[in-house]
Amino acid sequence: MPGPASYTGEDTAELYLHGGAAVIEHALDAICSFEDTRLAEAGEFTRRAFENGKLDLVEAEGVADLIDAETRAQKHLALDQLDGRLSRQYEVWRSSLLNALALLEVSIDFPDEDDAPDETREPVARTLREMEASLEKALADDSVGERIRDGFHIAIVGPPNAGKSSLLNKLARREAAIVSDIPGTTRDVVEVRLKIGGQIAWVADTAGLREAADVIEAEGVRRAQQRAASADLRIQVRAADDRTDFSECGEDDLLVVNKIDLAGENAKWPDSAMVISAITGDGIRELERIIANIICAKAGSVGAPLITRRRHRLALESALFHVKQASDLITRGGGAELVAEDVRLASRQLSGLIGEIGVEEILGAVFSSFCIGK
Amino acid sequence: MPGAFDFDVIVVGGGHAGCEAAAAAARTGANTALITHKLSTIGEMSCNPAIGGLGKGHLVREIDALDGLMGRMADQSGIQFRLLNRSKGPAVWGPRAQIDRKLYREAMQSELADYGNLTLVEDGVEDLIVEGGKAGGVVGQTGKRYRASAVVITTGTFLKGVIHRGEERIEAGRIGEKPAIGLSDRLYAMDLPMGRLKTGTPARLDGKTIDWSQLELQPADDEPTPFSFASERIGVPQISCGITFTNPETHKVIADNIHRSAVYSGAIAGRGPRYCPSIEDKVHRFASKDRHQVFLEPEGLDDNTVYPNGISTSLPTETQEAFIRTIVGLENVRIIQPGYAIEYDYVDPRALTHGLQVKSMPGLFLAGQINGTTGYEEAGAQGLVAGLNAARLVRGEPAAAFDRAEAYIGVLIDDLITHGVSEPYRMFTSRAEYRLALRADNADQRLTNKGIDLGVVGSARAKMFHVKHQSLESGRQLLKSLSLTPNEASKLGWKVNQDGQRRSAWDYLAYPDISLDQIIAAFPEAGGLTERVRRQLAIEATYAGYLERQKADVEQLRRDENLQIPEDLNYSAVGGLSNEVRSKLEAVRPATLGHAARIEGVTPGALVSLLAHVKRRQPERAAG
Repeated sequence: MPGPASYTGEDTAELYLHGGAAVIEHALDAICSFEDTRLAEAGEFTRRAFENGKLDLVEAEGVADLIDAETRAQKHLALDQLDGRLSRQYEVWRSSLLNALALLEVSIDFPDEDDAPDETREPVARTLREMEASLEKALADDSVGERIRDGFHIAIVGPPNAGKSSLLNKLARREAAIVSDIPGTTRDVVEVRLKIGGQIAWVADTAGLREAADVIEAEGVRRAQQRAASADLRIQVRAADDRTDFSECGEDDLLVVNKIDLAGENAKWPDSAMVISAITGDGIRELERIIANIICAKAGSVGAPLITRRRHRLALESALFHVKQASDLITRGGGAELVAEDVRLASRQLSGLIGEIGVEEILGAVFSSFCIGK
Repeated sequence: MPGAFDFDVIVVGGGHAGCEAAAAAARTGANTALITHKLSTIGEMSCNPAIGGLGKGHLVREIDALDGLMGRMADQSGIQFRLLNRSKGPAVWGPRAQIDRKLYREAMQSELADYGNLTLVEDGVEDLIVEGGKAGGVVGQTGKRYRASAVVITTGTFLKGVIHRGEERIEAGRIGEKPAIGLSDRLYAMDLPMGRLKTGTPARLDGKTIDWSQLELQPADDEPTPFSFASERIGVPQISCGITFTNPETHKVIADNIHRSAVYSGAIAGRGPRYCPSIEDKVHRFASKDRHQVFLEPEGLDDNTVYPNGISTSLPTETQEAFIRTIVGLENVRIIQPGYAIEYDYVDPRALTHGLQVKSMPGLFLAGQINGTTGYEEAGAQGLVAGLNAARLVRGEPAAAFDRAEAYIGVLIDDLITHGVSEPYRMFTSRAEYRLALRADNADQRLTNKGIDLGVVGSARAKMFHVKHQSLESGRQLLKSLSLTPNEASKLGWKVNQDGQRRSAWDYLAYPDISLDQIIAAFPEAGGLTERVRRQLAIEATYAGYLERQKADVEQLRRDENLQIPEDLNYSAVGGLSNEVRSKLEAVRPATLGHAARIEGVTPGALVSLLAHVKRRQPERAAG
């Protein structure tokens, strides 16, 4: 769109992509691979639009809220949505960078102090090497990639022998999981990629939650709980009986009563529960429709996280570049001020994920670790 | 006679801020007076006798680049010059010198006694004249009125200053001097936001009673590096400082008496600097360390007073004597004056503009420790900016400010007026985002031209600058015009990328493994460049790649700095701001959009709202 008749008033191009998240992902990949191309900063388009006289005050103020909401959501997503392992990883990176900066700055700003080490190269180099390895690992981690590509995870959870694996097989229309009458048959998480309501979803069958009989099952239960916690939707499956218990379910969980074909006369369950039989197929179609509705309702918000995750990946790549550069400089005997420059840039790249590392915090780390002062 | 003024600018105080303020105002042509209660204490170094260091040395070079005094005075009185961080890159070299206090004071007093447009007045300032909400002069001790269109107050720690030593409390600005009550009452009545800080100083020792033979000595650099771009060489004889250490016995004496330290007895409420802890703090907080370093710094060539740097304290006099005498070399030392902690009020610098004018009182400027800073260099830098802007205000010129990408002075003032202070503010190079650009070696190249435009640089300095600037420029052009192919370079044994690309001598300068001498040897045409030019260009080339990368950043910063926010902006009329952000903006009243962005907690969304609001106001104003 030639300016000035565009949103920002500048020459712009808009891409309307069909299909799902994977197409968007590839398009972003391709665009970002050009030199001089980057994702916009928070509020950048609006700001340009305003500077070029394309927005009025009320419009700009309206967008302001949205920008802040998005910025918050991005950080939030980075920290919470991905599983705990990654957010702990962010903490580790943050403290590594802070530690490296404190060591570099103490050697630069306090050269005349007895307690301040003049040569902090070795510990800094070590920290940077570790950070480099861990950034590389994070970037190469396929499970993160998968999450980026689909964005919707469903976990089937419930007590042993509730028919969770049968339900998975029914939804998958094939024997993806082993089914038996023996409680605790499913030991690990079995995951199937399905298309429900035109959207791609990963449906995971998990080990039944109970006191485990052995260590392998215990691990299965632990994984089931982890997967359930990180899923976008939990399908809580219970066998129909006279005391069908959904008491430990979350508010947004989908409640499903299974084995309706075997239910006795006294069986009862809450009105909000769906009733199915994974063996006969009763109620399965209705269940699929409801799942599709839930996915569609949430799909509206899938676009932003996708950009967010792309942003995170780019940030990690750029941080890795600077960490490598700093590491390389140290090995070649480059000046501490140059090493510090690259470490500063790395921390700036990650600031969207780990928060800014301000100079007061660095100085705080210096003064608490070293007895500085004349 | 109404409307008549005795002076254009009055500077109150003769410390480091006051001297620079008065001289800067005078250099711009303003009829300036420096008023202080004792002319003989002008240029006094009331704390440790040293100037410069990391960040601080950078500030001195910047003051000098703007034709200020501190660098030249230090070059006339420095008795131990050391360039700190010599083993690291030039961006973080820190020029520093021990100073002969008497020589410095004398140099400063003789400089100012004969300074154009400047009158020195000995009088205690008791009050500020305020007319129509503006500062209009000051009132002396006997009620004499000195009228001026702008007043710069640089009175250091005089606001409710209390000295603490053990159980003793003395109201004072500095030891032996009375705090100025009238003027402080006036400032309190202005209802400025205030805070309380503390700092400390060690005992002064009699050098004749120190056993120097037991001590490690730290000599001056063989070749002293002057502070001033105008100084060719240092003529003052150079001395060594002694180094000794505290020991477990010292620490025991201190620990046993720590309840008598004013800081630990809870008598002091003000916050002390983390980078300058008392020896009580060191012993308490770093209990696992069994020694702390003490520098024994002579205060002058013919002065026996020694400043034991590293053991500032507020313990009672007899405890000070007891612990000091446990230190090697100080077993029989005589204390000339015991150490103390001083607590004082400061004005929250968020009440000031980038030009250091009090927002609520046009014509009144504050500089130095009164703004919550510590250090001669930080004081001097603020003094220069305040004096310059006081003079500009008198002439109706817009305020001059320095941004974070061009000077440590800019970093200093922007930090102060944006974040306020929670401890006495001291400069560190880590505070500068653009550290690789803000070097001590290029302060003149960064600032002197701007200083000439602002009228604060005298003609002699301007001429000197132009000559140097010209020779650097032609040297740069020469080095860029000389080139070698990769093939030719590798014949010289240089490791370069064999990509067929010709590279210039300037490009090769940036290679860490190719020395300046090798380059001069390879390009005989460059042999005509003076040593000074060669060295300067080599430093520039080292950082050129980094600075190129920062360009976009700096441009963005400058764009945001150019978007002015009216000072009287009604923030409650700006939609889309949360209450939290609004109250933060109201507290600081940022001058520009860039300034607003640096306030903690101001979100990208809030900036868009602010931008929208400001942009909308502008056309209205132009129309109205």
